[in-house]
Amino acid sequence: MMASQATTAVIGGGLHGLACALALAVRGQDVVVFERSWVGRRASGATAAGVRTLGRDPAEIALSLVALERWHRIADLVGDDCGFHGSGQIKVAENPAEMESLAERARLTRDMGFDHEELIDAAELRRLVPMISPHCVGGLVARRDGAADPHRTIAAFRRTAEGCGVTIREGIAVTALEPDAGGWRVVTDAGTWQVRHVVNAAGAWGGHVCRMIGEPIRFGYKASMVFVTERLTPMIRPVVSAAGRTLSFKQSSQGTLVIGGGLQGSADLKTGVTQVDFHALAKGAQSARALFPAIGTVQVVRAWAGLEGAPADLLPVIGPSVRAPGIFHMFGFSGHGFELVPVVGEIVADWITRGRSSHDIGAFDVARLSL
Amino acid sequence: MLKPDLLIVGAGPAGMSAAVVAARAGLSVMVVDEQPTPGGQIWRGIEANAGTARGRALGAPYLSGLATVRAFRESGAVYWPSTRVWQIEPTLRTYVTGPDGTLMIQPSAILIATGAQERPAPFRGWTLPGVMTVGAAQILLKAPGTVPAAPVWIAGCGPLALLYAHQLVRLGGAVAGFLDTRMPAPLAGAARLAAGAVLRSGRELAKGAYWYADLHRRAGRYVRGVVDLQALGTDRVEGVRYRTADGRVEEVETSLLLIHEGVVPELHTARSLGCQTRWHAGQAAYVPVLNEWGESSVPGILVAGDAAGIGGAEAAIQRGRLAALRILSRLGRLPAGQEGAEAACRKALARALAPRAFLDRIFMPRENVFLPDDDTIVCRCEELRVRDLRGALSCSVGANQLKAFTRAGMGPCQGRQCAYTVASLIANVEARPMGDVEPFRVRPPLKPVRLCDVASLAEEAAPP
Repeated sequence: MMASQATTAVIGGGLHGLACALALAVRGQDVVVFERSWVGRRASGATAAGVRTLGRDPAEIALSLVALERWHRIADLVGDDCGFHGSGQIKVAENPAEMESLAERARLTRDMGFDHEELIDAAELRRLVPMISPHCVGGLVARRDGAADPHRTIAAFRRTAEGCGVTIREGIAVTALEPDAGGWRVVTDAGTWQVRHVVNAAGAWGGHVCRMIGEPIRFGYKASMVFVTERLTPMIRPVVSAAGRTLSFKQSSQGTLVIGGGLQGSADLKTGVTQVDFHALAKGAQSARALFPAIGTVQVVRAWAGLEGAPADLLPVIGPSVRAPGIFHMFGFSGHGFELVPVVGEIVADWITRGRSSHDIGAFDVARLSL
Repeated sequence: MLKPDLLIVGAGPAGMSAAVVAARAGLSVMVVDEQPTPGGQIWRGIEANAGTARGRALGAPYLSGLATVRAFRESGAVYWPSTRVWQIEPTLRTYVTGPDGTLMIQPSAILIATGAQERPAPFRGWTLPGVMTVGAAQILLKAPGTVPAAPVWIAGCGPLALLYAHQLVRLGGAVAGFLDTRMPAPLAGAARLAAGAVLRSGRELAKGAYWYADLHRRAGRYVRGVVDLQALGTDRVEGVRYRTADGRVEEVETSLLLIHEGVVPELHTARSLGCQTRWHAGQAAYVPVLNEWGESSVPGILVAGDAAGIGGAEAAIQRGRLAALRILSRLGRLPAGQEGAEAACRKALARALAPRAFLDRIFMPRENVFLPDDDTIVCRCEELRVRDLRGALSCSVGANQLKAFTRAGMGPCQGRQCAYTVASLIANVEARPMGDVEPFRVRPPLKPVRLCDVASLAEEAAPP
C-alpha cells in the first residue's frame, strides 16, 4: 500500500498541536494531525483555562507576555474571542510574611525589566475583589491577565485549522516513527504516512514519542484536579490565587466557580484514566473557603483530573530534537500551557519552515532532560 | 476511618434484604440512605403509614414492605438515614454526608441498591412549573400525605402511572383526565408473553388490570393513543395540548400535569466506577453487566434491585439476598445451613420476573420519548434544545465531545436528565444502534456536595 503524504505530521490534537498545525498551514504547509482519541480530550479539555503571566518561571516570562498580547487579539488568529476576558490575575497575601515574598517577586521581575506584575495593598485588593476575606493584606496583580473558555478555544482553533486546510484524524494512534529518505514514516494504527517533519505535541505522552525516535528523556506527568460549582450570580472578575496555598479560583462566564490550582489526583498513562481524589481536593475547598468565606454552602457539581506531561523542572520542551532531524517538540507544559497556546505553535512552525525563530527557546531545549 | 465488610447504598427492598442476610451472618454492614426512614421509593414512609387510613389507601403491595423493614431494623446492620453517598472512588473509598457531617468509609465490598429513576421523557413545555413526574407526586402522597387540591391530568404509561392514579383516588384526590401514551400495536405481538405471564403471575397481572379498569371508571376523561404532548403556559403550566395516533389535536386546561414514561435503572453510581453497561432493548434502557449474583465487571462492586435492571420489589428482595450470599461466600463467611437459601432465592426471583417481558413489551415508550422534536429542551440545566444538540452533532462525535461543545450534561443534574436523549440523538444522527453509543462519562461527585462539606475532609487524617 502506498503511504499517504503530507509535509508535516502533528502528533496530538490538543490546543498546542492544533495551534502548530494552524501556523504551519498558514505558512503554506500540508499538515495532518493525529489524535488518538478526539481533539481536546486531555489537558486542553481539562484545563481551568487561566491566561496567566503572573508568577511565571523567569524562563517563561518573555514568551508568556508575547502570548498575552495575542490573547487580547485572539479573534484575529481564530475568528472568535474564545471567551477570553482580560480581567486580571491576582496572587493574594494573607499575612505580612507572604506580602514580603510577593514584594520580593515584584522586585525580581522589575529587575529583569518587566513591569506586568504590580504589588497592591489591601484597599486595592478589596476594590478588585470585594468578596475577598478581610484578613487578606494585599497581593500581586497582572492586570492584563485573565481567563478563557477552554471548549470554545478548542472549537475555534479546530475550525480555523481545518479552514486553512489542516487534516485532523481523530481516533488514530501513532505507533512508530521511522526515518525515511529525507523525512519520516509515521506508522499509525490506520496506515502509514510519509512526511518531512513531525511535531511531537503529545502532552503527557510526549516522552513516549521521544522514545520512538531514540531520544529518551526524564519525564513525568501531572493529574491536576479542577472542580466546578453550580451557577452563581456574577461576583468576581479576576482569577485569584494565593501566595501560601495551592489554589486558583475564578468565576466562568456561565457563573460557575472554577477552582483548581494544581492539587493532584491520580492517573494511569497506559489507559489514560484519571481519578479525582476528594480527600486531596478537600484542601482546595478549604483554601477557597478561607479566601472566600461566603461560598461555604455553594454546591460542588463536577470535578475532574486532567492528564498533562511534566518534566522535573516544570518547564516545557520546545524546539528541534537533538538526535532526530525533522522532529520538533512542543509538550510538557506542566499544567500551565494554556496561556502559551497562541505563540508556541508559531515558534515551532518557524523552526520547521525557516530553521529558526525570533524567540529565545534555549531554556526549553530537550537536551536538558536527556537520559 | 470506618471499615465495614459491606457498604450498602440504598435502603429499599434490595438494600434492606441484602443487609438482613449479611448482618445475620455476622458481617459488619453499613446501610446509607438519603431518606429519613427505610423503605426506598416503593415503601417510603411505611413505618409511619402502616396501621393508618393512608397506609390502607396506598394498598396491600405497599403495606407488604413492613415485614422487610422490621427485619432490617432488627438485623444489626448499621443504618445511616438522611445520608448521601456523593462519591465512591475505585479503591471503594466512599464519601458520605449526613446529619453528623462528612466522612470517608473504606468497605471491603459495596452493594449498589439505588433503585430506579423515572425515564427522562422531554416534550415541549416539560420544564414549566406545574409539570412534574408521577414519581415525584407519589413521594408527596406517601410522605407528607399531600393530595393535589384540584383534579390532575396524568400523561404517560407504565405501572407506576396506573398505581398512582389508583392511590390518588383512594386518598380523596381526583384524576381530571388520563392521556395514555402506550402504543397499541405491540399488545397483539405480546400475546404469547402474556399467556406465559398469566400462568406464572396471574395475581400480579390481575392487579394491574384492576388498576386499569378502575382508572377507566374514575378518570374524568380517558384518552387512548396519545402520541405527542405539549405543556402550555408562559410562567407555569396552564394546559396541555396532545395529539392522538389518528391525528386528533386537543387542548385541555390544567394547573398540574403529571408525567410518567416508565422507569430505568439508576446507573450513575455503577458507571462512575467503570462498571460495564449494556443496552437492554426490551427495557429500552442501559443496564449494568452483571453475573447471576449481581457482581459487576469491577471487583467488589455488586448491584441489586432495580438498579440492576427493572424488576420490581419482589425481584429486588431476591437479588439483594443473592448479592449478600455472594459477598458472604467471597469473604469466606457463609454460615453453615445456607445451602438451600440460594435455590429458594433463585426460584422466587424467576417467579417475580415472569411477567416482566410482557410488561416491558406493552409499556414500551413511544418513539418521541427518545427523539423529541427540535423545540424541546433536552438539558434543562443548560437550557439546550434538540435543535442545539443536532446542530453540534454535525461537527462532533459522541456524547462526551458533544458535552464539551454544548455544555449538555454539565449542570447540577450531571446528565441524569439528558443522557438518554443525547444518546438517542447520537444514535439517530449517526444511524447507530443505542448499544454502540457511549453515554456521558460520569464526572465526580455522584451528587452535588456543599463546598464546606468537601472542605471539612481536609481535617481528617490522610488515608493509608
